[in-house]
Amino acid sequence: MSDVSQPAAHPPVTDWVNDFDHTDPQWTDDPFPIWEELRAASPVVHTERFLGCYMPTTYQAVREIANNTEHFSSRRIIVRDVRSEVARNAAPPITSDPPVHKPAKQLLLPPFTPDAMKKLEPRMRAICNELIDGFIADGKVDAAARYSKYIPVRAIAHMLGIPERDSDLFINWIHMILELGIKDETKLLEAVHEMSDYFRTHIEERRSRPTEDLISYLMNAKDKEGQPLEESHVLGSLRLLLIAGIDTTWSAIGSSLWHLARTPADRERLISEPELIPTAVEELLRAYSPVTMAREVVKETTISGCPVKAGNMVLLSFPAANRDPKMFPDADKVVIDRQENRHAAFGLGIHRCVGSNLARMEMQVALEEWLKRIPDFRLDPAGTVTWSQGTVRGPRQLPFLLGKAM
Amino acid sequence: MTERPRVHIDPDKCQGHARCKALAPELFELDEYGNAREAGDGLVPPGLEDKAWLAKSNCPEIAIDVIEE
Repeated sequence: MSDVSQPAAHPPVTDWVNDFDHTDPQWTDDPFPIWEELRAASPVVHTERFLGCYMPTTYQAVREIANNTEHFSSRRIIVRDVRSEVARNAAPPITSDPPVHKPAKQLLLPPFTPDAMKKLEPRMRAICNELIDGFIADGKVDAAARYSKYIPVRAIAHMLGIPERDSDLFINWIHMILELGIKDETKLLEAVHEMSDYFRTHIEERRSRPTEDLISYLMNAKDKEGQPLEESHVLGSLRLLLIAGIDTTWSAIGSSLWHLARTPADRERLISEPELIPTAVEELLRAYSPVTMAREVVKETTISGCPVKAGNMVLLSFPAANRDPKMFPDADKVVIDRQENRHAAFGLGIHRCVGSNLARMEMQVALEEWLKRIPDFRLDPAGTVTWSQGTVRGPRQLPFLLGKAM
Repeated sequence: MTERPRVHIDPDKCQGHARCKALAPELFELDEYGNAREAGDGLVPPGLEDKAWLAKSNCPEIAIDVIEE
């Protein structure tokens, strides 16, 4: 069973500009007006919470930090209550800084090119339809729990060569690492250890029976000196692919369906013009970007004129950048045929999401297959939509009524 | 005869978002890592000028130039 427990509470926020907290329920439910308030105050705001943390509020400030690997390190990538020792090979390359970042990233890029993703597309369509078969006759569904959640987890399990039937196990680990782990070190470590043991078993199996999946791919990979990767590197990259592959895209698909359930005009347009779906996916990624990464300030500098001090963390909010009206006209509106869209949902700079081509394909397929079979749906007024907390934002309960309203 | 525009990608800026290839597959190609480069000599064939500008205006790394001389 999935652990659906909620993270512990912090004292409520009364002054957003000087005391912000991205785990506050008000932020979790509706962060957009809060970001506007912060952006109006400064391009970079600071809170004493989380042992000291900055947040850039503009696209420009986010870009400056993302491109500055000298002053901002990726050795810590989640803003948490504690700052534990940095583990070597925690999750390369997302936790790597130059110069070790580039070779670690180049290892992972070839299996995730757009062409590689095209080969995976038929399997994704089959998964989406299997999921829809499971609830379409019921007339109602929790679209987060029964649809969007299982699409990315099954895709990444398929690529890694681990059983799709273990999906709930993986989802629970991710919840413990990315949500509960912000405030509870034991939960985080417990999940990391379980996940590492799980992968060690699979690595061991492949020594005698090699496969054609990503586990064998990493086991056979060579570093720039032509040597096999250390086992800690293989394990770290496998943890990264599983962690990064799941609730990010789950959230993006869920937010997209949430938007379409509340916006019949956009839904009808995508049904009559399905060729617009890829453009709409970019806009939904901009407007409801799921991922906020973090950096650690390792050397004092200034960002957009604001001084930042070493030892603080940075909440690198790609979602807030994507709502910056200086960068995007009508930034607070979802314009599904927006033409100019340099959104930062997959990050900027050297840490651009390795799985962005996979995520885009999954989102397009998930929306196409859903709209083909379920053109009419709306939020169930008897249910409640809930949103995740912390590093990744997306709906965790998404109650829908299916079919035309009576 | 009017000069045709030319697309150019700065390889130091490209991070492999691959938006250009998705929006203008005739004008860009990807290497084995998914990083983009201009296809052929980068000259934009007649009729594809809008696609060149669309690719430029969607590159998150501002790595694409459309050069009109």
